[in-house]
Amino acid sequence: MGARVDKRSIALTVNGQRVSREVETRLHLADFLRRELRLTGTHLGCEHGVCGACTVLVDGEAVRSCLMLAVQADGREVVTTEGLAAPDGSLSTLQQAFWEKHGLQCGFCTPGMLTTLTAFLREHPDPTEAQVRDAISGNLCRCTGYANIVAAALDAAKRLREKR
Amino acid sequence: MKPPPFTYHDPRSLADALRLAGTLENAKLLAGGQSLAPMLNFRYVLPDHLIDLNRIDELSGIRIEGRRITAGAMTRQRALEKHEALAALCPIVREALAEVGHFQTRNRGTLGGSLAHLDPAAELPGVMALYDAHVEVRNSSKTRYIHIGEWSRGYMTPNLEPDEIVTSVAWDAWEGSHGHAFVELARRRGDFAIVGVGALLSLDERKLIRKAAVALVGVAYGPVRLRAAEQALVGKPLDDKALDIAAAEARKIEAKSDLYASGDYRRRVAGVLVSRALKTAHGRARG
Repeated sequence: MGARVDKRSIALTVNGQRVSREVETRLHLADFLRRELRLTGTHLGCEHGVCGACTVLVDGEAVRSCLMLAVQADGREVVTTEGLAAPDGSLSTLQQAFWEKHGLQCGFCTPGMLTTLTAFLREHPDPTEAQVRDAISGNLCRCTGYANIVAAALDAAKRLREKR
Repeated sequence: MKPPPFTYHDPRSLADALRLAGTLENAKLLAGGQSLAPMLNFRYVLPDHLIDLNRIDELSGIRIEGRRITAGAMTRQRALEKHEALAALCPIVREALAEVGHFQTRNRGTLGGSLAHLDPAAELPGVMALYDAHVEVRNSSKTRYIHIGEWSRGYMTPNLEPDEIVTSVAWDAWEGSHGHAFVELARRRGDFAIVGVGALLSLDERKLIRKAAVALVGVAYGPVRLRAAEQALVGKPLDDKALDIAAAEARKIEAKSDLYASGDYRRRVAGVLVSRALKTAHGRARG
């Protein structure tokens, strides 16, 4: 044993900021975001791709950050829940809708819900309730607050359509 | 740190990847990572080397020539799902993919990864079975084309040697108009199928069955084609009698038992779902 530690230098964009670090190649993206960058908004529930709490956007696509290695994000653009609000702190339309519709209780699943729905609403500007429920079927809320989350998503979709 | 220590390799060409796969001991290939990454996080697998295929551009892409479809092994499930020309030729691919995990996992998960991991409940091997697809696998000296019926060698064990890489999958779309359906029973949306059934059906001018294909996933270690039922349906209308024959064939499958369902239960569900899939496919075939 005592194998050498396999490390790589990576450079990526996280929430609009260029970051570079030397990381162990076995470090997954979620731990990189949480431990190296201290972006603890990305939550880890199950670490096997089931709970959806760690969902982030990589090059605009919603993915499980626990199922990607940090080295695989080298050269990519990552957006976490911290990157959804405007730089001045004003909430995104979706975040505002979550706030107003009480789309969160304990808040554990919320980062994954927000990133997932951000990607989903870009592709589905006028979703049905069934489509919203399908979109978040891979995001577990153990407060079972789904009704208000779905209401918030539909409300955000409506407001985003009105803005365009 | 959850995954065990390994040496990471990210080759930029298939030739480099094949050389690594042929020389490194105890190496694992990393495709979309939607099954392997959890296994690494839980340390179910302890590879000395990880060969990441994600930076090899030549392994992804969908090529359509006439009815012939060739998809690179690293083609993302989402890319297959969104491909309009593919959906026009093989609409069942999109319908089945809706059952594969969730859109966040399909953004990373790949066709080749699904075939190589070969979870018994995986939908894509079942769809490939419907089309009698061939899997192209290579090592540094030769290429093999393996019929999907020869792909499963046991529980989560594909017909793939340690020095080989799945490079692409090829199949022919059915000629002319036909009906399709992919249905499954799972405990939750996007969860592993207890039983999944895909069906393709084409009708002649008298609306009798010209050709049928039925494949099941989740019941055995690999996808199962229901050849006897398919042959029995040819030349017949899809009436209750024909559906009963097909369902009875499905109930003969030697179904596995596990934590989630007994073999008996799977056989019953298989009969019901085969009947449902054929009815839906038939309705669509009639237009």
